[in-house]
Amino acid sequence: MSILLGPDTRVIVQGITGRDGSFHAKSMREYGTKVVGGVTPGKGGENVDGIPVYNTVAEAVERTGADCTVIFVPARFSSEALREAADARIPLIVCITEGIPVLDMIRDVHYVKDRGCRLIGPNCPGLISPGAAKVGIMPGRIHTPGGVGVISRSGTLTYEVVWALTRAGLGQSTCIGVGGDPVIGTSFVELLALFEADPQTTGVALIGEIGGDDEEQAAQYIAQNMKKPVVSFISGRTAPPEKRMGHAGAIISGGKGGAEHKVAALRDSGVPVADRPDEIPTILSPRVAAHAAGSPKGA
Amino acid sequence: MKLHEFQAKGFLKEYGIPVPEGRPASTPQEARAIASSIGSPVMVKAQVLVGGRGKAGGVKMAKTPEEAEAKARDILGMRIKGIEVQRVLIAAAVDIAAEFYVSLAVDRSTKTIQCIASASGGMDIEEIAATQPDRIVRFPLDPRAGPVRASDQKKLESAFGNELSEQAWTILEGMYKLFSEKDCSLVEINPCAKTPQGRLIAADAKVIFDDNALFRHPELENLRSPEEYSADEMDARSNGLSYVGLDGNIGCIVNGAGLSMATMDLIKYYGGSPANFLDVGGSSNPEKVLNALRIILKHRGLAAILINIFGGITRCDDIARGILMARERLSIPVPLVIRLIGTNEKEGRAILKEAGLDAYEDLTDAVKGVVVRSGSTDGKGNGV
Repeated sequence: MSILLGPDTRVIVQGITGRDGSFHAKSMREYGTKVVGGVTPGKGGENVDGIPVYNTVAEAVERTGADCTVIFVPARFSSEALREAADARIPLIVCITEGIPVLDMIRDVHYVKDRGCRLIGPNCPGLISPGAAKVGIMPGRIHTPGGVGVISRSGTLTYEVVWALTRAGLGQSTCIGVGGDPVIGTSFVELLALFEADPQTTGVALIGEIGGDDEEQAAQYIAQNMKKPVVSFISGRTAPPEKRMGHAGAIISGGKGGAEHKVAALRDSGVPVADRPDEIPTILSPRVAAHAAGSPKGA
Repeated sequence: MKLHEFQAKGFLKEYGIPVPEGRPASTPQEARAIASSIGSPVMVKAQVLVGGRGKAGGVKMAKTPEEAEAKARDILGMRIKGIEVQRVLIAAAVDIAAEFYVSLAVDRSTKTIQCIASASGGMDIEEIAATQPDRIVRFPLDPRAGPVRASDQKKLESAFGNELSEQAWTILEGMYKLFSEKDCSLVEINPCAKTPQGRLIAADAKVIFDDNALFRHPELENLRSPEEYSADEMDARSNGLSYVGLDGNIGCIVNGAGLSMATMDLIKYYGGSPANFLDVGGSSNPEKVLNALRIILKHRGLAAILINIFGGITRCDDIARGILMARERLSIPVPLVIRLIGTNEKEGRAILKEAGLDAYEDLTDAVKGVVVRSGSTDGKGNGV
């Protein structure tokens, strides 16, 4: 088992006829994902490399039985695409798009939630359950099936950590990029709970960065609720204050959101924090073994 | 995008919130003319985007137009935290009986617009939170409906008191309308002053617009202050790159914000010093790499450059083409260390190889390599 995404997940791609949408629709299918359709308004009836294109999400869902959608549409149309997906009651909505206005997200995350759907992202790489399926833009070949759950606010930094895990012989259950925006659909804590309950997952790598307090909340949750070992990495230790570091959400503001505070909160909760991404497997490996042998949190 | 106080107050006024009469001046003579048209004691306030103007002597009272001219002469041209004051706001001085705080801001954890109010205005909210946390009221606004009078007016009242409740509510409504119509990420009134006559007025204000929403408000782009970003940062922005200049000597070009920060952190960890943060973003076309190198090469004292790409949505072959394009068009006088892995990696490596360039696969190796070639240390740093 993995979380959220498995071999039978049926995926549609919103924005499938665009440059990124078509490229990654094919790449997802090559990885083994069941890409059952795509949506581009006005291009219904066409196909992208044999994947049928529909005019609306509702039509695509009706015709394909999709239970997951991945959104590649430009920021100014993303809100509409998200709401269309939620109106079609697609249980898992993954939004890759970067640059969506924060007020749109405030309205949309609640809109999506009210309709019983889960949103991953926006401004995220998506998620992958290695060996089963990927929904998003991550390069499949760096992943390998196994027991480590990976959660991250970043895209490429996640690949870095996954690559280190894979090289160290630690496979992954599911890897999820939650997104680099200040307002996102699913936070660290919700995913930690899913990983704690997932039988395949034996430990978690948590990759945070400056800005907000998701890492602090995760630290508190781990201390109170998790038995499985968690190892963290926080990027932005050299970031200057009051400067937005690429991600809309990566900013140390009013003295809050700095890396040191996050590192301290995690360490105080018993979560080791790696100094380098490639240290994560070294720290996680013995803890996973100890946890499997019955010692709490692999201590 | 941050606004100056005079711009922020302009928006408050437009949305029905009382502000002291005032206008900006860029010369002492102009300051005098504005003060004389206002016809009462005025405040002369430095218009800079950094905080701490008052402490730096950038805010002064003037009883007469002559005095306003003299004070403006003192303040114009002074430097506050390194920023030269080019404009002052001349605004009617307000008699203050009490100072309140009220703001609307995006709250990440509740995913709402949050209202924060306090009867202890006049100092930074961080300071109020640290010294008088029980004097702060915070409540999320309904993301579907905005402020709801039946429930939210009471909450606001716990900061402003019963007597000012109606006025505070009207101000909150105006703030919310401004916030949602102009796509703000912050609207703050501090202090929200109570006059001896019992009227609330916005004595100082901050407004920040959400950069991601500026496509909906192209007219706001004209309000951008050159203070907010350096020339290089502006150059990067207009080329779709996100760049922050730092004071080290190793230039960095990375895809992805998290990896860019981690790359800077690693350079430091191995004893080097990053010259910048630069995220080329996803879907990078070769032009972006060219522009990124052009901007980084302007950095004084640059000793080496690290290009670190882990391809996902970014394709390694695009990056490789960009590097070759840059080598043709720019003179690159420092060592260039490349790390390339991920989507279309084979194609990217082949393109580089044909041009006689090698690329690392491992990040740690690449960082150690660039630190050594920058001449800062032996590349061992903390990692010994």
